[in-house]
Amino acid sequence: MGVGITVEHLNAFYGKTQALFDINIAVQANHATALIGPSGCGKSTFIRCLNRMHETIPEARVDGMVRIGEFSVYNGTSATQLRRRVGMVFQKPNPFPTMSIYDNVAAGLKLNGFRNRKQLDEIVQKSLHSSALWDEVKDSLHKKSGASLSGGQQQRLCIARALAVQPEVLLMDEPCSALDPISTGKIEELIFQLKEQYTIVIVTHNMQQAARVAEFTGFFLLGKMIEFDKTEKVFTNPSDKRTEDYVTGRFG
Amino acid sequence: MSNQALPRPRFSAPDPEPRVPEQRSPEQGPKAALKIETTAPLLQGRVSEVPDALFGWAMRLCGFAVVALLGLIVYQLVVGSQLSWHAFGWKFFGQSDWNPVEDQYGALPFIFGTLVSSLLALLIAVPLAVGVAVFITEMCPVGLRGVLSFTTELLAAIPSVIYGLWAIFVLVPIMRTFVQPILAKTLGWTGLFTGPAYGYSILTAGIILAIMIIPIISSITREVLTVVPQHQREAVLALGATRWEMIRLGVLRNARAGIVGAIILGLGRALGETMAVTMVIGNRPEIAKSLFAFGYSMASVLANEFSEATGDLYLSALIEIGLALFLVTIVVNALARIMVWSVTRGQPAKSIA
Amino acid sequence: MTGVSILTVLIVLAPLFAIFAYLVYKGLGSINLAFLTQTPKPVGEPGGGMANAIAGTGVILAIASLLGVPLGIGAGIFLSEYGRNRYGDAVRFVSDVMNGVPSIVIGIVAYGLVVMRQKHFSALAGGVALAIMMIPTIARTTEQMLLLVPQAIREAAFGLGVSRWRTTLSITLRTATSGVITGVMLAFARVAGETAPLLFTAFGNQFWNWRLDQPTAALSLQIYTYALSPFDDWHRQAWAGSLVLIVLIVSAVAAVRIVVRRGTLAGA
Repeated sequence: MGVGITVEHLNAFYGKTQALFDINIAVQANHATALIGPSGCGKSTFIRCLNRMHETIPEARVDGMVRIGEFSVYNGTSATQLRRRVGMVFQKPNPFPTMSIYDNVAAGLKLNGFRNRKQLDEIVQKSLHSSALWDEVKDSLHKKSGASLSGGQQQRLCIARALAVQPEVLLMDEPCSALDPISTGKIEELIFQLKEQYTIVIVTHNMQQAARVAEFTGFFLLGKMIEFDKTEKVFTNPSDKRTEDYVTGRFG
Repeated sequence: MSNQALPRPRFSAPDPEPRVPEQRSPEQGPKAALKIETTAPLLQGRVSEVPDALFGWAMRLCGFAVVALLGLIVYQLVVGSQLSWHAFGWKFFGQSDWNPVEDQYGALPFIFGTLVSSLLALLIAVPLAVGVAVFITEMCPVGLRGVLSFTTELLAAIPSVIYGLWAIFVLVPIMRTFVQPILAKTLGWTGLFTGPAYGYSILTAGIILAIMIIPIISSITREVLTVVPQHQREAVLALGATRWEMIRLGVLRNARAGIVGAIILGLGRALGETMAVTMVIGNRPEIAKSLFAFGYSMASVLANEFSEATGDLYLSALIEIGLALFLVTIVVNALARIMVWSVTRGQPAKSIA
Repeated sequence: MTGVSILTVLIVLAPLFAIFAYLVYKGLGSINLAFLTQTPKPVGEPGGGMANAIAGTGVILAIASLLGVPLGIGAGIFLSEYGRNRYGDAVRFVSDVMNGVPSIVIGIVAYGLVVMRQKHFSALAGGVALAIMMIPTIARTTEQMLLLVPQAIREAAFGLGVSRWRTTLSITLRTATSGVITGVMLAFARVAGETAPLLFTAFGNQFWNWRLDQPTAALSLQIYTYALSPFDDWHRQAWAGSLVLIVLIVSAVAAVRIVVRRGTLAGA
């Protein structure tokens, strides 16, 4: 089951440039939370701070507090351990090109030393079911490379890959931005189902998408969190002028 | 979710009330039959950071081993040449006397042989190599391009001892019976092409070296030419230039530094080339004006005498020649690389390897 | 002018064809079973072969690969994964410089490192010399191949909670495998025919030798010795040896390529 996320006084930097300014937010367990804002507003940086992906970039740095469930993200836990509980889906589908479909899904477990063949088979099948890809690939699990699938299929493969590790939180960084409308629809439907069991944080530049899939929405502007509320309220009756300008399309 | 975890946006302070989610009603339940039953997390247990740190340091160790290797090379050469350095000092490089019996050593004839044969090689190789590179990049039909660059690269893959073998049995007889008599007749008056035609000579060494360095020079020149932007060519053509003027002004001039770099890299290879030269240069430590005369190169004397060097001073003198050769090639290569980089913008020229 | 440049191409290609034609013509005519199975006959006696030199080349190259390939790949991993800083730049520059060091100089160094200490020439010394030559080439090509692997692939693995070392070996390196192997084969092919650094390390041997601390024959050394000899029969054998050497190099490279290609999945 999903767990909640608490963020307090989070600042993020790239070298000397500050990308995030004092972010405070509480994400509810087992719900989808969307983060919107114009490009470069820091929403992707923010989501990458939640699983410590930010720090893989040279000279990038973070301070502040993030808790995922009972875990303190920046205190005492190794990044590797944390990431096993926090799955991530990236902007561009990035399956491992040299691995078969099966191996792609099993990668997270296999590479972390999980060897039980029978259980692996089950998990791979379940994960592919959950990401609504099973029917399309079940005949070529071991024959085809992950990179041979179409863009939308690849992205669902990446979702299955993240689910196979059985995380509690799923972070999605503009998962549909590289996809066609039909694939986008499939992924949105998937998000709707997945939030029954996972806490989902999704970054999107598509406001309709935020409105369709998320119960909560946060609006970022220039590295600051301007507003965070129930989606309905953010889109219909925002409390900040800038949010209103953005959601009504007056800028950005 | 406890209340203390509620968001505190900086610029808006909405009432915390709406952020408490409405309890999910049962009928909202699973939308799909495909539900993962939550099992105990499969990857339990603490993740140790020790393997990561160990691996990182092991890789760093490998990286610094490369630097250490260079240090080791320098150390071996410097320590090994101490004896000779103390005995002769700078005179070592100015003396032409090489006499192991009397323990007198001067490196001048070898330096002369190395320099003359390498410069001869450049003289022959540069026009040909640049010509081939220009032909392949600028005028060759695309289909032929791959074949040509593949064959020129094939030349680079032949071991130098095989070049030497071929030179002994093919090039040397050709030199003896055709090239040398003709040169002596036509250009003998210069004094550079006089004396008996043995076939083995500094000139022959220069020619075999030229054949060996053409692939290097032409492949790097080709790389440099391909990074000259298309609009430079078009700019010159638009001024009404012919194709040759375009190549001269639009391409070669822009790639000048890179081409010079390629040539210097070829020089570096020629200076250190051992086997083929040893097999045809004649191996006699003398400084003659004629290119038909026997010569000796720094690398050749190492190849021939190192394993037979009996006295300590003899061995030390040979190592000092090695040190000199090392230093010269290092300087030449560093210079060349900087020039190639200035054109290809830090992209290391692939074909050097 | 076009004619001139075509002429230059022909002038450049002529020696290539001459060398290959001669190699095949002379070599094929001289290879026989004895050449491949016997050791050299005493000076001046016709017959015999280079079997021990072929084996010796194999042994020396095996030692060189064993030492040079892991170290070179490790250095390449350092350069691409840990070396995007000035330490990396230093290693990068040193590797490029080492690529230009004449092979005979490397021979002197291996002589000082191994031969002087063991007090005799050995296959090990030859292997060390060739390994030193392989390392910088392998390091730089490995680096280039690893850098071609998109950052997104590494991030995907990190995102699954795969540790950095595991990601580097099982994801990054594995994705770049075929490129890295091509680089290794290039380095291998380059040192396989080297003669100069073996002259006073492996030294050569007229007999069978399987001990790593004893003087060992090598094809290239044998070709050199026979080429300079006054005997026609040895000249013939030198050509045969050259052909064998070239075939060995080419087939080693081809074999590895085939093996690598077979492991690839559809669509990868």
